[in-house]
Amino acid sequence: MYDFTPMVEGINRWLHSMMPDAAATFAGWVLVALVYLALFAVMGLVLVLVERKVAAFFQLRLGPNRVGPWGLLQTAADAIKLLLKEPVGTKRADMFLYNLAPFLLIIGAMMALSVIPFAPGLQAFDINIGVFFIAAVSSVGVLGVLIAGWASNNKYSLLGAMRSGAQIISYELSMSLAILTMVLLAGSLQVSQIIEQQRDYWFIFKGHVPAWIAFMIFVIAGTAETNRTPFDLPEAESELGAGFHTEYSGMKFAFFFLSEFVNMFIISAVAVILFFGGWMPLHLDGWTGFNQVMDFIPPIFWFLIKMSVMLFLLMWFRWTFPRLRIDQLLKLEWKYLLPMNLVNLLLMAFIVLMGWHL
Amino acid sequence: MGERLLFYLLAGLMVLFSVLAVSTTRVIRAAVYLLFVMILMAGFYFMMGYNFLAGVQLMVYSGGIAVLIVIAVLLVHHIEHRVERLSAFEYLWKGAVVLAGMVLTLVSLRQFSFRRLEGAEHATVADVGERLLATGRGGYILPFEVISVLLLAVMVAAIVIAKGESENARNHD
Repeated sequence: MYDFTPMVEGINRWLHSMMPDAAATFAGWVLVALVYLALFAVMGLVLVLVERKVAAFFQLRLGPNRVGPWGLLQTAADAIKLLLKEPVGTKRADMFLYNLAPFLLIIGAMMALSVIPFAPGLQAFDINIGVFFIAAVSSVGVLGVLIAGWASNNKYSLLGAMRSGAQIISYELSMSLAILTMVLLAGSLQVSQIIEQQRDYWFIFKGHVPAWIAFMIFVIAGTAETNRTPFDLPEAESELGAGFHTEYSGMKFAFFFLSEFVNMFIISAVAVILFFGGWMPLHLDGWTGFNQVMDFIPPIFWFLIKMSVMLFLLMWFRWTFPRLRIDQLLKLEWKYLLPMNLVNLLLMAFIVLMGWHL
Repeated sequence: MGERLLFYLLAGLMVLFSVLAVSTTRVIRAAVYLLFVMILMAGFYFMMGYNFLAGVQLMVYSGGIAVLIVIAVLLVHHIEHRVERLSAFEYLWKGAVVLAGMVLTLVSLRQFSFRRLEGAEHATVADVGERLLATGRGGYILPFEVISVLLLAVMVAAIVIAKGESENARNHD
């Protein structure tokens, strides 16, 4: 009922009727790219504002409240300021890599974003290795942090980069294993198929206890992957200045800042897709009336509601937990999460083998 | 037409970055150029429709190996370090060796008759998993197990080296 496929196809037909095939295809690509670019910018602005409001809520403050009604235009004003700001860099940095690093991060984030479905038919790239593609692409983005820290020629940046390397390589393991646990349940890597399988029940219900454990591990590892508190050692402002992006200013700094929020969005989206059925409405067995009422809410709202809950959870973590020390961080991953994850994977395999997930 | 254009674009960039990777005097730039080559390689796999292989290429080579190389460089290299430039004579004979290797590879590639595998593009994750653990013809269980034993040995060796040195250092004090 709320399928976006006819709309997308309509635009496609319209493009093809206006110009030759090759040009139409190209125009389609450009259109998709523009839509994602706009989405990227809007997402950054909104999430930064929400983060500041949530922070204010947790600290019993009002948060931004001067620019626009309830401070809604604050981040837009900040963005304009950052755009107009003079880029101040260091003289003895490795200029090529220094300029390249923010783009590596942004490109990684954008590519991962392309796989995420917002509603039926609203997905740029339904590749058959979906979730694996997200994991692979975001592992390339890590290099942006490493290179930024090194190329800045600043010891705090370098320390931040090293911490980030140790942290992200460790937590990538947990994240991939948590994803793998759910892929075991789905039997497919393609995002559209994973969502389709959750039509009657979301995976968090289907997978029983292993799915809950996988969800918790995924959220912890995801927070670590996005360098957010309690895992913000790479940029720990109280000890390293700002870590790997100390030497960046103006728009380049904004890129790092934006990519953090986009990565947060991606982590939440993957969690929603894998555990809470993506844009699928909540269905309960036997409650026909309830199910039909749920079907009336458009999938895009389902997706946005679930995303808001996930994003709020991540922000809640940030303003609640103190930062971990680097040895505690590595201990948590290698001594607790990884063994738990491996056992959990076996448990899930057992459940799937016995057919208890149906 | 478009596909051919894309191929030549990717191939040209790949050659460019490969040459840059070996000709730059800064180690970390070499690592970054290598990263680009690996990403472009993944691009080729995507073009051929081997999505899973492309994902593995991105994850293992770009996200794993390249990151490890960069971390190793971070640990040992200062930003102003430069690798020594080769002398003209060295350039000549090393270039000749590379050229000979390239000719050899091209000739042997030309002579090999490649067979097209039917249905390989439509392989699912389950297919990949089953083939990876299959013991019969075309199964990969033996290489898989050999590599895992090798990696285990490497891990144990790394731990022994790391632990042993700190113990010795403590004894000396």
